[in-house]
Amino acid sequence: MLRKIRIALALLFWIGITLLFLDFTGTVHFWLGWMAKIQFLPAVMALNFIVVIFLVALTLIFGRVYCSVICPLGVMQDAVARLGRMGRRNKNKYGYSPALSLLRYGFLALLAVSVILGLGSLAALLAPYSTYGRIVSALVAPVYLWGNNLLAALAERMDSYAFYEREIWIVSLPVILTAAGAFALIAVLAWRNGRTWCNTVCPVGTLLGILSRYSLLAPVIDTSKCNGCGLCSRRCKGACIDSRNHAIDYSRCVACMDCIDTCHQGAISYTRRRTKTIPETPETSRRGFMALVGAMAGTAALRGEEKIVDGGLAVILDKKTPVRKTRVVPPGAVSLRHLASRCTACQLCVSACPNGVLRPSTDVMTFMQPESSYERGYCRPECTKCSEVCPAGAILKISREEKSSVQIGHAVWIRSNCVPLTDGVECGNCARHCPAGAIVMVPSDPSDETSVKIPVVNDERCIGCGACENLCPSRPFSAIYVEGHENHRVI
Amino acid sequence: MKEIDRREFLKRMGVGAAAAGAVMATGCDSRKNPVTGTTSPLGPIPKDAMTYRVNPKTGDKVSLLGYGCMRWPTLPEDDKTLDQEMINRLVDTAIEHGVNYFDTSPAYCKGKSEGATGIALSRHPRDSYFIATKLSNFSPSTWSREASLAMYHNSFKELRTDYIDYMLLHGVGMGDDGMETLRARYIDNGVLDFLLKEREAGRIRNLGFSYHGDIKVFDYLLSRHDEFKWDFVQIQMNYLDWHHAREINPRNTDASYLYGELEKRGIPAVIMEPLLGGRLSKVHDHVVARLKQREPDRSVASWAFRYAGTPAGVLTVLSGMTYMEHLEDNLRTYAPLKPLTPEETEYLYATADIMVQFPTIPCNDCKYCMPCPYGLDIPGILTHYNKCVNQGNVPESAQAANYREARRAFLVGYDRSVPRLRQADHCIGCGQCNPHCPQNIDIPAEMQRIDRFVEHLKQGTL
Repeated sequence: MLRKIRIALALLFWIGITLLFLDFTGTVHFWLGWMAKIQFLPAVMALNFIVVIFLVALTLIFGRVYCSVICPLGVMQDAVARLGRMGRRNKNKYGYSPALSLLRYGFLALLAVSVILGLGSLAALLAPYSTYGRIVSALVAPVYLWGNNLLAALAERMDSYAFYEREIWIVSLPVILTAAGAFALIAVLAWRNGRTWCNTVCPVGTLLGILSRYSLLAPVIDTSKCNGCGLCSRRCKGACIDSRNHAIDYSRCVACMDCIDTCHQGAISYTRRRTKTIPETPETSRRGFMALVGAMAGTAALRGEEKIVDGGLAVILDKKTPVRKTRVVPPGAVSLRHLASRCTACQLCVSACPNGVLRPSTDVMTFMQPESSYERGYCRPECTKCSEVCPAGAILKISREEKSSVQIGHAVWIRSNCVPLTDGVECGNCARHCPAGAIVMVPSDPSDETSVKIPVVNDERCIGCGACENLCPSRPFSAIYVEGHENHRVI
Repeated sequence: MKEIDRREFLKRMGVGAAAAGAVMATGCDSRKNPVTGTTSPLGPIPKDAMTYRVNPKTGDKVSLLGYGCMRWPTLPEDDKTLDQEMINRLVDTAIEHGVNYFDTSPAYCKGKSEGATGIALSRHPRDSYFIATKLSNFSPSTWSREASLAMYHNSFKELRTDYIDYMLLHGVGMGDDGMETLRARYIDNGVLDFLLKEREAGRIRNLGFSYHGDIKVFDYLLSRHDEFKWDFVQIQMNYLDWHHAREINPRNTDASYLYGELEKRGIPAVIMEPLLGGRLSKVHDHVVARLKQREPDRSVASWAFRYAGTPAGVLTVLSGMTYMEHLEDNLRTYAPLKPLTPEETEYLYATADIMVQFPTIPCNDCKYCMPCPYGLDIPGILTHYNKCVNQGNVPESAQAANYREARRAFLVGYDRSVPRLRQADHCIGCGQCNPHCPQNIDIPAEMQRIDRFVEHLKQGTL
């Protein structure tokens, strides 16, 4: 029974969190956004004490249920392990192994050091929730979007507006490779030995393990009933039941309750820990069965020819990312340092960005943390999605009004690309679309009022949203681009 | 009681039997039942009933339905290549049903219309149809005499013929300065004189011009009619433009004036844009209901075609028929034409009064403005906007009753019909499109207006 409750809750969390990364309409986030916010490491980074205290208390009472229910990476491993067992005749193939304490505490120390030193990219590689986020957003989301676009195409035929198409683009190859590598490694470990990752590498698992040693409730072996068959030990994906000695390593037990249902003697119960009693034997047999499937897969300067005939579309070159001296990060990130020290690189903001602005960084120091660029869209004035979804407090929640007064960067004009000067035509598209009114068109020749007009930027008013850069007709490089600010300023 | 004689008796019996037979027939013979049987309720299109008008100069019997070759279909899988097989079928069907006037231009369909039309027509005897084409020297690079003549001679090659039945100066009145452009294209370079000589030589059987835009050019060319002897003139005429052309755009002239000037001089009128590129068939639901309730089984478009064909001074009415269904519908309208009664005409004018109240943009999707050098899909944007106006999906404020659905329909539909990179927010206002628009739409102004509307929808500030 306990095991079934655990599986039901775990599925609920797993599906909910996965949807958070897949949904691009914002509806799921409205209802289930809290699931990301109660993840342990993001809550620690966000200094969200209420959540941290809650999780500590939860572990002290129930053991590491966090690992078997709330953590999506943990549940994913259970799903993979289940697939791994399904093919075999002997479903109980695991066995007890001593803890690799050196590795465990080594990784925990590594995380602690990297967080203290602000090495976000290193911490991001170890963080379980973020690792899962990257796996979903890099490997599953493209498939999900394909499905959505298929439905959108069908809807279009039926003249329905229920679904709309979303562009699928490769956000960053290094991140996809990292996610694929992490998935392959974790999946192989889970397939073969269950929760090896959680009990050897995962720093959150280690930390909660320290607490769960002293948990109030835990699986306890009644030695008076135990016949020493060792079934529980072979079934334990945490490899933490030493059946020969009737001992359980509670620091590695994830409270999955599998052993309780496995024991034919009814010798294991989830209860307050007691001292041993004398054995005897009744008989029961039970089997639980359930199938889980985790599907994974991977996912146009146009000055046209002279118009002689009618119709046709001019070729549009793709925009290219300019080299920015200082990278641009979204409003709410406060400063480059703040973002780098808080972000766990879970990609939730990247998945949530509806304008194709956010993408994971490929820089070593900020690897996989979000940064902004404006080739596909710009940071639209009405959108505050990334600040709403961030569970780690790396991008702080801001309102639309606040956003309009946060200077995340400033626009820089590049004379040699500007279309009025190169093509001799009127333009002013940057000035027309600047939401801050920071761009004014002035005659290119100060002595001639009628000369073609060029944009000038009022740095004081510019907020760095990138509307000018995105909508500039100059391609592949815009004639106006945004330089980031180290510290965001409020104007 | 009256006596019934034998003869009367037999007669009555016969009627009764016939009636019974008729009942039996409709009751049992499903072939004669239009709902369940194999005969289409619409019936076949008559092949020998086309209405013809006579060209007073040559005596040509011209079909009232003329085939406009500006909107030939493209291959379903490749929108850059014309679907020649389909074009052949359309031309064959048209000729079979009595259509004999085909109007093309070197500029149409990205320059591919003349060739495709030539291929399709050359499969029929040359004396079974009339070819109309134009000297489409719009681009300044073709204003020289040599370039214009090269274009003229190339038309013969593309159309596989040694004479042109109807030759037009193309789109006079267009350009920033209509008179200036007319002089540069046809007068100063001697091209008009050349064409007049070609007419004497018989290589051009009829010479005329098609007109859009600046009324000065129209008046000027007609004022020299005694000299040039225009054989026909092509004008834009439909029940909306008859009284409202000027109201919709002050730079245009009501069709009532244009037609009146031609009628005065006895010049046959060739009608273009009788349907305004579909704008008179894709109308607001209110207007559809209004027209359908009078003639439930006729298309909305048929009203516009009957209107254009009714005046006696009209030689032919051009329709750019992309699909077989368009052709069939038009053939039904003109084989034969049922002229509008004065009452019906008034009814259409009243309909037009309603239509001008909907703020559609008068774009006929002719694509003359394309390609936009900055990549916009101008007709795509305008057509989407008009569609939303007609479907009631352009809310005036966030308080509008259907605001949420309308907003979604507008924005989702916008992304579907126009790729993001070709949407109105990329219009830089260079204005290179404007001189090409036969409807004199201020395209950059409309682009920026639509973009502002989209921004209001997106930001929720309407």
